[in-house]
Amino acid sequence: MTAPRLSIEELSAISLRDGDRPILRRVALSVGTGEVHGLVGESGAGKSTIAKAILGIIPSQVKVTGGRIGFEGRDLLSLSAAELRAVLGRDIALVPQDPSTALNPSRRIDAQMTDGLRLKRGLAMKEARLRARALLEEVQIRDPDRVLVSYPHQLSGGMRQRVLIAAAFGLEPKLVIADEPTTALDVTVQKQILRLIRSLQERHGTSVLFVSHDLGVVAKICDRVTVLYMGKVVEQGATVEVLAAPRHAYTKALLAANPRYDRPDTGLEPTPPELIAALRAEIAAFDANAGTGPRDG
Amino acid sequence: MEHWSPTSITDTGTQPHSVAARLARDPKVVCAGGFILFLILLAIGAPLIAPKDPLAQNLLMTTVPPVGFADAEPGFLLGTDGLGRDVLSRVIFGSRVSLTVAFVAAGLACLIGSLLGLMAGFLGNVVDALISRLVDVWMAFPPVLLSILLVALLGTGLHSVIAAIVVIDWTRFCRVVRTETMGQAQMDYVVAARTIGFSRPSILFREIFPNVVPVLIALLTLEMGIAVVVEAILSFVGLSVSSDTPTWGGMIAEGRQIVHEAWWVLAAPLAALFATVVAFNQIGDGLARSLDPVLRR
Repeated sequence: MTAPRLSIEELSAISLRDGDRPILRRVALSVGTGEVHGLVGESGAGKSTIAKAILGIIPSQVKVTGGRIGFEGRDLLSLSAAELRAVLGRDIALVPQDPSTALNPSRRIDAQMTDGLRLKRGLAMKEARLRARALLEEVQIRDPDRVLVSYPHQLSGGMRQRVLIAAAFGLEPKLVIADEPTTALDVTVQKQILRLIRSLQERHGTSVLFVSHDLGVVAKICDRVTVLYMGKVVEQGATVEVLAAPRHAYTKALLAANPRYDRPDTGLEPTPPELIAALRAEIAAFDANAGTGPRDG
Repeated sequence: MEHWSPTSITDTGTQPHSVAARLARDPKVVCAGGFILFLILLAIGAPLIAPKDPLAQNLLMTTVPPVGFADAEPGFLLGTDGLGRDVLSRVIFGSRVSLTVAFVAAGLACLIGSLLGLMAGFLGNVVDALISRLVDVWMAFPPVLLSILLVALLGTGLHSVIAAIVVIDWTRFCRVVRTETMGQAQMDYVVAARTIGFSRPSILFREIFPNVVPVLIALLTLEMGIAVVVEAILSFVGLSVSSDTPTWGGMIAEGRQIVHEAWWVLAAPLAALFATVVAFNQIGDGLARSLDPVLRR
């Protein structure tokens, strides 16, 4: 594997609002060039905090206490606001979670798509429009001219997500952060969107950090996967290996909690309480060793 | 790869797309807009349209009732007042002051209030605290007393009436725009714009402001109605323009004294005032309904 495009080292963060509760516990992960890396965990595991830290939109009640986010030899955490702005939208782009709220309701699609192309790629208005049209064709929108002059509320959820994907990949970034891009969509559309992200990513050689709570989705699209629990990496490796032979009990529990359409007779397994207790003990021990304080409940 | 069928652009079907087309379908807005337009034409063409000189007294023809009543004179459609002046001509000329105040005062209050509101809502922190406290203190003064005080200080005349209304009513715009801006700043599409690395002014004017405009326009129209009333109040107490310029408020004050002998002197300007304010309010409501992109679905 070539040198990783994104390498997060020892990233720690706390919630200021919640008695300095740790949110991220020395997280390390790397995303190689052209790799799709899944970041899995339940709600509150810290997946989104990692994504937000990369994009510089950490909420004010969260504080990063240590570590670095290496991107192309620079630490994103140490960049000034202006320096980060230069990287964002040019080298790093986001595919947001909810397509129904991620587009500005009072602006037409063409205006929203050409903004980034003009400001971050330096295209003239006319070129930007042509490029936006080509991008919509690339995400298999059959009627790009009509979509361009539409307002978001005139498009379906799947269409909006295609537009957002087109806008993100259209900036030709080196890294795309996909923050649960299929969660808000229904299952049939999910599949198309996943296939689309994968094909665009392969065509452009883009690295993708794919945030999801759904192991089934991750299995379909990711090369490698990091499993988070309470802000701590519990398992990491090639997706095939992790899913075929999970080493950590939590990953096994997550897999058991996934519906198996091929074996409908097996029921869904909730995470057993003794496992949760064991995980908490493990994390308490980790905190004690790491010196971040065993302040967690 | 499958193509998205064009029909999946879930269209608004029979609903017209443009705001103008939707407004044209709203009978209340059409009537109210027609009335205001008619009023504007009357005000501009008053010297040509008014049948008589609004200042010409005729002491032989005092308190002549409107046409259709006993003792009516054919030349005086709405009758005459206590000094024998033509009521219709005076109502027509009176619209000039009312409309000037409506547009200029409401426009200036809107401009100042929204600029401060945008700043407070977008910059937050110290700027917000300063502006918000200023608004709180400002709003603690009783508005009518404040305007009377101001006109007393500045001297009577159109400019001081306008100044008084602006000084009182900018807070209305400031509050609403501040709240709207803060709400918008939390929206996903604004966060998304930040992750593309757009500059702050660019986010404010491209992403936030267009979504504040609908509320602003609706509020501006309502404010025009309020401005007309405030001007009438100031005229009523004799603090508006000099008494040789006919105003609706002044006419109401004069008509009040002779209401038992000549009710029409009071009724005509009162009806004009009432209709104007209702019309402005109807337009404001209609605009608020059809400009709001969220309600537009």
